[in-house]
Amino acid sequence: MSRELDTQEGVKIPADGAAEGRSPAVRGEPSPLSCALDRRSFLQCALASGAALGVCEFAQLLVAIPAWAGPQKQDDSRFIVEAKFYQKLQDKKIKCKLCPRECTVGDRERGYCGVRENHGGTYYTLVHSRVCAAHIDPIEKKPLFHYLPGTLAFSLATAGCNVNCKFCQNWDISQVRPEQVSADYAPPKLVAELAKQHDCPTIAYTYSEPVIFSEYLMDAADAGHEAGVRSVVVSNGYMQEEALKTAYGKMDAVKIDLKAFTESYYKDVVVGELKPVLDALVTLRKMNKWTEIVYLVVPTLNDSDAEFRGLARWIKTNLSVDVPIHFTQFHPEYLLKNLPITPVPTLERAKAIADAEGLHYVYIGNVPGHPAQNTYCPKCQRMLVERVGFTASRMLIRKGSCPFCGQPIPGVWHA
Amino acid sequence: MSAMRSTNRRDFLKKCFAGAAVLGASGRTGLLAAAEQEAALAKSRVVIARDALLRGAGATVDSRRMGSLLDRAMQALYDRDNPIEAWTKLVRPGEMVGLKVNTLGGRGLSSNLQLVEGICERLQEAGIKASDIVVWDRDSDEMEHVGFHVSTGGNRVQCFGTDRVDYEQELVTHGSVGSRLSKILTQRCNVLINVPVLKDHDGAGVTIALKNMYGVIHNPNKYHPNGCNPYIADLNMLPEIRTRMRLTICDATTACFEGGPGYKPEYSWKNNAVIVSQDPVALDYTGWQVIERKRTEKGLKTLEGDKRAPHYIATAADAQHRLGTDDPRRIAVVEV
Repeated sequence: MSRELDTQEGVKIPADGAAEGRSPAVRGEPSPLSCALDRRSFLQCALASGAALGVCEFAQLLVAIPAWAGPQKQDDSRFIVEAKFYQKLQDKKIKCKLCPRECTVGDRERGYCGVRENHGGTYYTLVHSRVCAAHIDPIEKKPLFHYLPGTLAFSLATAGCNVNCKFCQNWDISQVRPEQVSADYAPPKLVAELAKQHDCPTIAYTYSEPVIFSEYLMDAADAGHEAGVRSVVVSNGYMQEEALKTAYGKMDAVKIDLKAFTESYYKDVVVGELKPVLDALVTLRKMNKWTEIVYLVVPTLNDSDAEFRGLARWIKTNLSVDVPIHFTQFHPEYLLKNLPITPVPTLERAKAIADAEGLHYVYIGNVPGHPAQNTYCPKCQRMLVERVGFTASRMLIRKGSCPFCGQPIPGVWHA
Repeated sequence: MSAMRSTNRRDFLKKCFAGAAVLGASGRTGLLAAAEQEAALAKSRVVIARDALLRGAGATVDSRRMGSLLDRAMQALYDRDNPIEAWTKLVRPGEMVGLKVNTLGGRGLSSNLQLVEGICERLQEAGIKASDIVVWDRDSDEMEHVGFHVSTGGNRVQCFGTDRVDYEQELVTHGSVGSRLSKILTQRCNVLINVPVLKDHDGAGVTIALKNMYGVIHNPNKYHPNGCNPYIADLNMLPEIRTRMRLTICDATTACFEGGPGYKPEYSWKNNAVIVSQDPVALDYTGWQVIERKRTEKGLKTLEGDKRAPHYIATAADAQHRLGTDDPRRIAVVEV
């Protein structure tokens, strides 16, 4: 049985696809320059979209690693590797240097993430190659809209997370210890091979929180690059600078979930901190790493005009107007079931504010068929990438530029 | 004309003063006296039973002496001459009793085997079937490592970790806590006897009765920030725990005053005691004081001075939780 694991969505859309949406600003005819996806790519994406949404009979065929039936003892030793980012202290204690939480962990204890354990003063990750979820997803599902549109990502996760978002839709793998969830042994080379076998140009580390499986992510990225497969990460960005540079330095693109623009929200809803995440975004920018931002809009908690405006201005000032931001729709999950689904007008308000502040690529997510899922040229306003559900159905960008006016469109595009 | 109307001003004032005096409202002394009187009426009993010869000449706890120590503690707690009478005050035949032990500290600092055996014997003598008793913790391997024999069938006392049966799929929530509960708790017992160890804890300050419930949930790692406060108190508020919890029998035979919760011989001492109470907050407060005295004796800072006082104990006693009392005036410590 395929597990439904998503970061952008959590929504069901009809199997036949959502209604096609178009920007009010652009209603142009298809250009002779248009380069629609070829049939094979389109079908791959369409099938993968269906699988990801759990609405397609092909889902099981596309699951690279089968789900596990129930609690049983696993041979844990092959998953245990010494952690990379920590400092030894007195009395066999250690201080974790992976995320800003800096857990001080005594002998035989684990850090906040639950996937790293101190054995006699040496800190170990318990989740190297311990994959609890693997799927083949369209890259749009991450969502990465300016990165190889219309391609597939071999997507995987281990158990664990370094925060505890009350709205987490994958809490059954992110908020558990590794021994509490089914897992398979997937060493880095196997991951790279499977990605190639399934025509995935990219490995995506996603679903739970890749910060906490950094060692595995780094090794898998190396194996992938040797095999000609790229890597992207979908992360909360709550990470120390050195670890970020070392681990995410190996990524070809990064998507950061910026959960809100207030420390109080991070403290109360995320159980984390905002500032280190903003710092991480700036560091990624300095590293010249292609980065997109997702902001999950939760009714009443992080949906004020002031926050949207503050966020947009911060991006403009500290990153670039060219950094894509996706305002996505919240669905009640986990510990936050008392709030409604985000109204579409709220998302549209967020987009309007960000547009008005001058950001060039502002998307609306989790609303199938909404015209703000497409990419438009910031100069001539023509539609450049059309998306239906998680499928890029038309891709017009040529050599990184708008085919109509020549405006450079930043991103990682097809060669 | 009513009687009230017939009262003259002088009589009325007399009555007012007399009423105020009875209520103790005529001054500060009276108020305190009333509070103390009230406290005396509703004290939580915490029994500390000791046996200096618990180990005889060796390092291992003597089973027979442990049985006697447990009996003394239970008799003192329930004010009974006969230990079986004390146990029959606690459980009834047909009930399924879970003993939540603590095996995280490994050999040397886990719930004492002889103590657990003694509890199981007395439960059976009180009419509980052996197969209706389950000794449990998070992980079977950890339990075996410290000497428990995993047993999951037949008419014997059952003994295994949650890893054998998993956690419930549904989340239960209270305040800051949202967790999945062990199916041993929810499906295998309707009475819970908490058998923690008296330990220092590097984050929480101390780990005794209340914190032992971290072994009941799937995600204890999420509840260590801020000295585990208010997480420990919130966790113990879960109805599935609160309605089952009847007694804490704290293993204080070997205790830890620093460097916990793992076992470090240099920070442990042979205390040769068990501490029992029906009030887990009062027991935790009392155990905390025991650890503080040992720290003073060893020349260590207080836990407050070490910036890790167990504030969660006060939270557990506050008006939002009322899991017991941490007011020493309302705790009757009985040493036997």
